[in-house]
Amino acid sequence: MTATEPSTVDSVGDELIVADGLHRSFGATPALAGASITLRAGEVLAVMGPSGSGKSTLLHCMAGILRPDAGSVVYGGVPLHSLSDGRRSQLRRTDFGFVFQFGQLVPELTALQNVALPLRLAGEKRRGAEARARGWLDRLEVADVAGKRPGDMSGGEGQRVAVARALVGGPRVIFADEPTGSLDSLNGERVMQLLVATAKQARAAVVLVTHEPRVAAYADREVIVRDGRTR
Amino acid sequence: MATGHALLGLLEGGPRHGYELKRAYDERFGHDRPLHYGQVYSTLARLLRDGLVEVDGVEPGGGPERKRYAITAAGVIDVDQWLARPENPELYLHSTLYAKVVLALLTGRSAAAVLDAQRAAHMESMRQLTRRKQGGDLADQLICDHALFHLEADLRWLELTTARLAELGGQVRS
Repeated sequence: MTATEPSTVDSVGDELIVADGLHRSFGATPALAGASITLRAGEVLAVMGPSGSGKSTLLHCMAGILRPDAGSVVYGGVPLHSLSDGRRSQLRRTDFGFVFQFGQLVPELTALQNVALPLRLAGEKRRGAEARARGWLDRLEVADVAGKRPGDMSGGEGQRVAVARALVGGPRVIFADEPTGSLDSLNGERVMQLLVATAKQARAAVVLVTHEPRVAAYADREVIVRDGRTR
Repeated sequence: MATGHALLGLLEGGPRHGYELKRAYDERFGHDRPLHYGQVYSTLARLLRDGLVEVDGVEPGGGPERKRYAITAAGVIDVDQWLARPENPELYLHSTLYAKVVLALLTGRSAAAVLDAQRAAHMESMRQLTRRKQGGDLADQLICDHALFHLEADLRWLELTTARLAELGGQVRS
């Protein structure tokens, strides 16, 4: 291990991400104003709050997508923003998975190719990558849409494919930003059941940003963001 | 709603006669169900017996309506504990929750802390129902869903009230 690589965090309950005193503004508008949050390995943590409270900005800072103006994000013992942009991008491919509200699948690729994409980008051969992708589509109960493109899938199917793609690389953390926001109650519920169950089986932690209490109730605990601060 | 706690909270503003307490209660909380005088005096008698209020002064004449009541130190602690203790999450809590929020604002306590404690209790109930639902049959799932939707409505009210605390505080204290 080098000084710039996260240490191994295996046991459930260890601190995996510690974000402390985060400030982040967009122009003159403050989005985070001293937010702090700790994610433990293997847990499902809901980040709740009203629209515009800063919860998505907090997720983006925790995932190393956004650099905070002040404060620190430590992942596996290493300050995330001490890493080079390239190393941080690599980390997002190898250690993190992402599920967004919509628009995350590549429209030109089939479900199978979408799920295999992170493995292909990591250098895995097509046959092996697609075999693993097929396994994940099966676990998310959408094996029958493997050959369909996103435009031909329902919203619920698309989100399950997105969850499969987030999990296929064996991440330690899944970042899910309003993953059921575009779905009806029944489909949203099924996506949450599968997301939480498969993440737990894979021992991945989940950061779940949502404004819906019924979605947050799938988490082990919740943190409230209000006016850019955590409570 | 806990009438005794509401009367105690109102007494924190200063000693009052029973009829003044009834008027204050009806004005704040009794729009749908004003208190009967009998209920006011029986509640005050219980609070007196428990040492939560004391008689601050008696005007000439007889009867409980001549007495002025004041909250005791034990009464203040009792209100503290009531406000800090979240209600069991159950349906149609709004009148009790509203009373807690108003009394916290009236007495200079943290209404945000009251709402936060309640939100945490509601979320814990929702987590338990969600776990039960995942292991249950369809009937169980539907029963849990009914409770979950109602708890969610309460949570939306808690969030909205939190956002309006400054405005409500201004109105309550005016």
